[in-house]
Amino acid sequence: MVSSLLRFLFYGVFIRLLVLIVLGLNVRHRERLPDNGPAIIVANHNSHLDTMVLMSLFPLRLLPKLRPVAALDYFLGSRLFSWFTLNIVGILPIKRIVSRGDANPLAPCHEALAKGEVLIIFPEGSRGEPEKLQSFKSGIARLAESHPAVPIIPVFLHGLGKALPKGEALLVPFFCDIFVGERLVWTGDRRSYMRALDQRMTQLADEGDFPAWE
Amino acid sequence: MRLGVSLPVLWSLGGLYVILAIASAAVQWLRWRQPEIQRNELVLRIRSWWMIVTIFTVAMVMSRNLSVAFFAFVSFLALKEYFSIVAIRRADRRVLFWAYLAIPLQYYWVAQAWYGMFIIFIPVYVFLLLPMRMVIIGETREFLRAAGTLHWGVMTLVFGISHIAYLLVLPDEKNSGAGGAGLVLFLVVLTEFNDVAQYVWGNMCGRNKIIPKVSPNKTWEGFLGGVATTTLLSVLLSVWLTPLQLDTAVWAGLLISAAGFVGDVTISALKRDIGIKDSGSMLPGHGGILDRVDSLTYTAPLFFHFVYYLYY
Repeated sequence: MVSSLLRFLFYGVFIRLLVLIVLGLNVRHRERLPDNGPAIIVANHNSHLDTMVLMSLFPLRLLPKLRPVAALDYFLGSRLFSWFTLNIVGILPIKRIVSRGDANPLAPCHEALAKGEVLIIFPEGSRGEPEKLQSFKSGIARLAESHPAVPIIPVFLHGLGKALPKGEALLVPFFCDIFVGERLVWTGDRRSYMRALDQRMTQLADEGDFPAWE
Repeated sequence: MRLGVSLPVLWSLGGLYVILAIASAAVQWLRWRQPEIQRNELVLRIRSWWMIVTIFTVAMVMSRNLSVAFFAFVSFLALKEYFSIVAIRRADRRVLFWAYLAIPLQYYWVAQAWYGMFIIFIPVYVFLLLPMRMVIIGETREFLRAAGTLHWGVMTLVFGISHIAYLLVLPDEKNSGAGGAGLVLFLVVLTEFNDVAQYVWGNMCGRNKIIPKVSPNKTWEGFLGGVATTTLLSVLLSVWLTPLQLDTAVWAGLLISAAGFVGDVTISALKRDIGIKDSGSMLPGHGGILDRVDSLTYTAPLFFHFVYYLYY
């Protein structure tokens, strides 16, 4: 109860003000975002701000349903940090490194989708070099295969890797661009699905003609 | 009750709403007369004007310090937009932080009415500090371009814009009717009016291009029509809002209209260099903040020094 109130304040007030005043967003095709769960948002990943910005695009009534999928090994560290990421950020922790005998690492995602939640997934797996697209890991195709009816919406993020890249603690304000793509339907097999997803992301990235960040 | 601003300023602000109401009504009438012509851009543009004028009014009537803070925020938005569209070296990320930090400091000097610091802080101290910070990071590739890019942004969008705010803290007794807020209103209204007037004159009878390489839609007819109308308005408004006399009001009108044109095409040149049409999407129908404050980056410092030299 207390933590869901804190989560509401964190996303509803603090993050919204941060996103609105310090950053500033240029959102294209916002209407393509789902207005209810279950759904999967798939985005490129350059910054801790990515999750925060994507969460701020949804109405607050959906907040209890929004679950950023995050690496268990990274986000469940010390007790205080774990409490923060689990209760305030509201992550859905999954294992990045699977060893023999482990349960299906995607099981928590299946459960969440069954409950009608909206997953936010960064299939690049880590934040990587700022403002560079990395190839997507294929876990997303497994999810798509198991839930062909769940809308999967690709989103391209630009600028957040400049504002707060990996390894930096100092946030520097930049306007950020968010291009929401059209829903990607299940293609029938994983390989062609991954190709279609890659292609969709590249198309979205090409919509903006951004100067290189070097 | 004592309001933060004088009566002439309130009347002028009221006048802006009358003009907006007329513009909105005119567009509605045009849509009714010629429903086949799409006017979405114009409708959005006027809607954004309502928003701008409302925020501006609130900022102006609340208190002097709040008005100064408002212009600091305008500088922040404009500088952020600039840094987001120009090519910045990855190595300079932390230098940008110091450039942003110049904003609260510069406007603090303004609020303190510390003229000496206000006038040298960015041209001297920030100018010297930023390259030093860059050298500590140590990236020499494209060093000069990067230093120039940063400094040009801070000079135009922080130093330049902050001159509007400094008008607010000039001693009231020299402009007994309207005070510093009167000068701000005079400058901002004339600058924005000049933009619109040049556009309208250009649309009505523009033939000869004035600066085709930078801004192919700008014409001599638009420019001269704008100069004439703005100068006329300057003479009318100056009686209420400024200490200017007839002759100096004419000069102020000429200065603001000519400088506004130069500020406009300077930002156009920047956008053309980068290869974009609008600097952002904050103000629907206008583009970004830079598209709206472009003329002010020139008119603000020039008008400020004009009145400062003559009357303060």
